[in-house]
Amino acid sequence: MSTVIASTRAELLRLRKWPAVWVTLSAWMALTAMFGYLFNYLSYTTGDSSFSNEGATTASLLQEILPGNVPNVLVQGMPMFGGALMMVLGAIVAGNGYGWGTWKTVFAQGPSRTSAVVGSLLALATFVVLTVLATLALCFGLSLLVAAVESQAVTWPSAGDLAVSLGAGFLVMGMWALAGFLLGTVARGPALSVGLGLVWALVVENLLRGVGVLLGPVEAFTKVLPGTSAGSLVGSIVGVGGPDPTPGVLDALTGPQATALLAAYVVVLPVVTLVLVRRRDVA
Amino acid sequence: MNENVVQTRDLTKRYGDRLAVDRVSMTVKRGEVYGFLGPNGAGKTTTLRMMLGLVRPASGAATVLGRPAGTPAVTARVGALVEGPGFYPYLTGRDNLRVMARYRELPDSVVEEALERVDLADRGGDRFKAYSLGMKQRLGVASALMGDPELIVLDEPTNGLDPAGMADMRRLIVELARGGQTVLLSSHLLDEVQEICDRVGVISHGVLLRESTVSDLRGDASLAVRGLPVDRALAVAMRVAGDDAVRVDGDRLLVDLGPEHAPRLTRALVEDGVEVHEVRGVERTLEEVFLEMTREEREELEAVS
Repeated sequence: MSTVIASTRAELLRLRKWPAVWVTLSAWMALTAMFGYLFNYLSYTTGDSSFSNEGATTASLLQEILPGNVPNVLVQGMPMFGGALMMVLGAIVAGNGYGWGTWKTVFAQGPSRTSAVVGSLLALATFVVLTVLATLALCFGLSLLVAAVESQAVTWPSAGDLAVSLGAGFLVMGMWALAGFLLGTVARGPALSVGLGLVWALVVENLLRGVGVLLGPVEAFTKVLPGTSAGSLVGSIVGVGGPDPTPGVLDALTGPQATALLAAYVVVLPVVTLVLVRRRDVA
Repeated sequence: MNENVVQTRDLTKRYGDRLAVDRVSMTVKRGEVYGFLGPNGAGKTTTLRMMLGLVRPASGAATVLGRPAGTPAVTARVGALVEGPGFYPYLTGRDNLRVMARYRELPDSVVEEALERVDLADRGGDRFKAYSLGMKQRLGVASALMGDPELIVLDEPTNGLDPAGMADMRRLIVELARGGQTVLLSSHLLDEVQEICDRVGVISHGVLLRESTVSDLRGDASLAVRGLPVDRALAVAMRVAGDDAVRVDGDRLLVDLGPEHAPRLTRALVEDGVEVHEVRGVERTLEEVFLEMTREEREELEAVS
């Protein structure tokens, strides 16, 4: 156990000082601020209709960017770019170490490979949790700003809604980060794993879902994919359809089904990673 | 104390059809500097990787500090630099060592000490990616030294170092051995091994050709003789030393006699009317031994095929 803690501390130190980590996390925060608040606020004030708010009425636009809607804004970008960015993070945390030879150095330090990898996963998870919490703070900050500027009464979301939204956020973002870590481990490098992972998450799953409409077996298969479960869990919170469907947000599974599937991924992905790392030769 | 720190038994590794390491059985004794010698691609690094548990042998086994290689309890007592230093390019040298110190559960204070020992203290704040090859190599050695491990494995530690850096590295290795640490050093530089190692293992094409002390390997000293006429000098030398003990090497003769026989040989030569220009004791360098050994091996291989 002490070697797991030692490994986690070591990984936290090197991740904390890695610019690429901060670039990835900042990109997510910036996208959340833009798609969650900035564009909606601009179209609310100018009355223009942009692709992200097509058909929405002015009043509902304002509602979406006030504090009461924070639980929805927090998670609505996660199925698409949030998950993708976390996958990038996981892939670079695991993958770069093979090219740099740092896993070789780490595996020769003392902790077992299991301890070292679990430490790395815990450090990654720490960053994911902190990122979701920081996003929550960002959302509240921006929505309070909007409320102040527009002289709106502040209505807080219910604690229950917030808790559900946070939990879903941890699960979706964490699952994609773990998937990235596995991909980086399989490919022993960040480039191939990031490339394939993004094509899979952003393109292939969507195409399969399109084919699934026509072919029953494919549809059954698409229901258990990671993107489907992440999109469905978020869909069960923010709602699907309406005049402005958010890309990647689905209703293929119910909330509990999606949660169970995501939880399964969160268990299986690290186990596969560990089995792989323990067996392989590290050059 | 004659305990074996490292012991391998028929260690074998295969990459596809190629035998990278072929039944290597070697021993490293406590407190010695062991030189693992061989040309590039001979299987040195692969053998070291198996000793560290980074690579799984196809067959055979390696025991380090009395336990199977690669078990965490062993790895924690071994410091290693294998096949080039692997560090995070975006971190400073100092932060890289801090990360490794955390993995080893050592206090941050060992980091400064390690940087001092390899003369990197004033560059510890620079990013690893900005280091020269020699500095990267020294940081790798610094990392291997942290926590005073019982066994230090250094794979080509002088790679990329300038002559002064190489001399410093040799001095450091000798110092470590004096302090009681066992050093296993791989190298393709023969003079380096000759200078600082107690024992050597010679590997070529994955096969451990020989394992012995440096002096045993170099064999007995011989006498180099230059005398005219050559044929008469040859006849005299063969009469004194025996028919098989004399070789012609250019314009000189190499006689398998110790330096203590120089007066007797010289007298015999002079008495037979040979003009003696030079009689000198010569020791074979490790390089000569090595080339001889690998040539024999090549000839055997050719004979087989």
